[in-house]
Amino acid sequence: MAYSAFALLRHAFNGHNGWKPAWRSPKPQAEYDIVIIGGGGHGLATAYYLAKNHGVRRIAVLEKGWLGGGNTGRNTTTIRSNYFYPESAALYDLSVRLYENLSRELNYNVMFSQRGLMFLVHSEPEMEIAARTVNAMRLNGVDAELLDRDAVRKRAPVLNFRDDARYPIHGGVFQGRAGTARHDAVAWGYARAADRQGVDIIQNCEVTGLLIENGICKGVETSKGRIRAGRVGGAVAGHSSVLAGMGGFQLPIQSYALQAFVSEPLKPVIDTVAFSPATGTYFCQSDKGGLVIGGALDRVPSYGQRGNMPVQEQVLSGLIEMAPALAKVKLLRHWAGNVDVTPDSSPLIGPTPLEGLFINCGWGTGGFKAIPAGGYLFAHLLATGNHHAISRPFDLDRFARGALIDEGAASGIAH
Amino acid sequence: MQQFPCPFCGLRDEREFHFAAEAGKIRPDTTQPVSDADWAAYLHNRKNPKGETREVWIHTPCAEVFILKRDTLSMAVLGCEPLRKDIP
Repeated sequence: MAYSAFALLRHAFNGHNGWKPAWRSPKPQAEYDIVIIGGGGHGLATAYYLAKNHGVRRIAVLEKGWLGGGNTGRNTTTIRSNYFYPESAALYDLSVRLYENLSRELNYNVMFSQRGLMFLVHSEPEMEIAARTVNAMRLNGVDAELLDRDAVRKRAPVLNFRDDARYPIHGGVFQGRAGTARHDAVAWGYARAADRQGVDIIQNCEVTGLLIENGICKGVETSKGRIRAGRVGGAVAGHSSVLAGMGGFQLPIQSYALQAFVSEPLKPVIDTVAFSPATGTYFCQSDKGGLVIGGALDRVPSYGQRGNMPVQEQVLSGLIEMAPALAKVKLLRHWAGNVDVTPDSSPLIGPTPLEGLFINCGWGTGGFKAIPAGGYLFAHLLATGNHHAISRPFDLDRFARGALIDEGAASGIAH
Repeated sequence: MQQFPCPFCGLRDEREFHFAAEAGKIRPDTTQPVSDADWAAYLHNRKNPKGETREVWIHTPCAEVFILKRDTLSMAVLGCEPLRKDIP
């Protein structure tokens, strides 16, 4: 049933008793054409585009917990494409463009709010680098604007414009098409749309091993039994090395916790996303009024999905430097997700050393914004066995070729 | 704050320590030709285990480089051993 104002009205006459679950909960079949491990945003989007763009009919998504319970539900919901290299801009801007039409495409409101993202600049030499960033983004076909101090102040007067600021604001790099979306809705919207295309979404089904015959991955062993597959795709960010271990190979990935915070609801204080490279902290305000605050990775590699004090202290002291008026705000929640960190801060999409197993991982701290593109490109790879032109540079072979896409250095992205 | 052990200084605040690398990686033998794939694997691939791990860490105030054994899921510290040897 399509969601619409008319449907809402019609169900209102029945006391809203007629709404059906948004997706089925089928039992797993013995065999599928494609099995996707991981029911987060990337896995669900992959299933949706496999069915819709490539006409693959027998698809299963296996999720060990509940849909979007991993990093899809643990991020700070920021979407942007302010990267330096053309390869990255092509990838992340595809994602922004898909997000722009996603609510309509999925018939599900993902609440994509293009409120813009502001990268603050704290000195005159950095203003020159900022101008270079803006030029690079524009050459890549991505919108970008160089703001001076007054323009930043006009957009976000809550920021620190005091004379004694440790990190005075000289200006900013602004991407107007960036913004935020409701993260759960992205997972649920893709799940519902994939289910309507006939995809079997199987929750509480943990993959415990890979079925390997003559050196080729032919399926998975799960907590609900063996499932055979023509091709297997892994979208298990945070646990990618664990999946690789099942396949007997290693990945250039280190797992870290990434923490985030949300405050008590406030009256509106900021209507964009503000990021300070000097403190590593960024924040925006949700529709409910809570400040959503994020910062850099943990310093200790970990699989623990929980926060800790050193990073809390660092991120919140950064927030207070950025906006001293927020010093008395109380936190509501504090959590962490596990992210895959690669040597060049760019994702891994491609075949693995184990034939039949493909992987979409390594998104670092920025996987949420890439969900539509990750799914779109991974679906292309799984359906055809070949890369889409946009995902080709992100193949695992880039390390042996020396063709790293080092966004950590180029655009100062932490992940 | 969690405390990590330094073989030289004893228990100290975790913020004084710096993670260096996974322990036990062997550098390829450069007296023989090394393939690009082997170099890339040596430079970039990791075990990244979920659970018990052995890593090289540095205690920055005293510059001690040592092996830290810990659990990456529970974050429990399981032991440490110095990498330096006594001068005979």
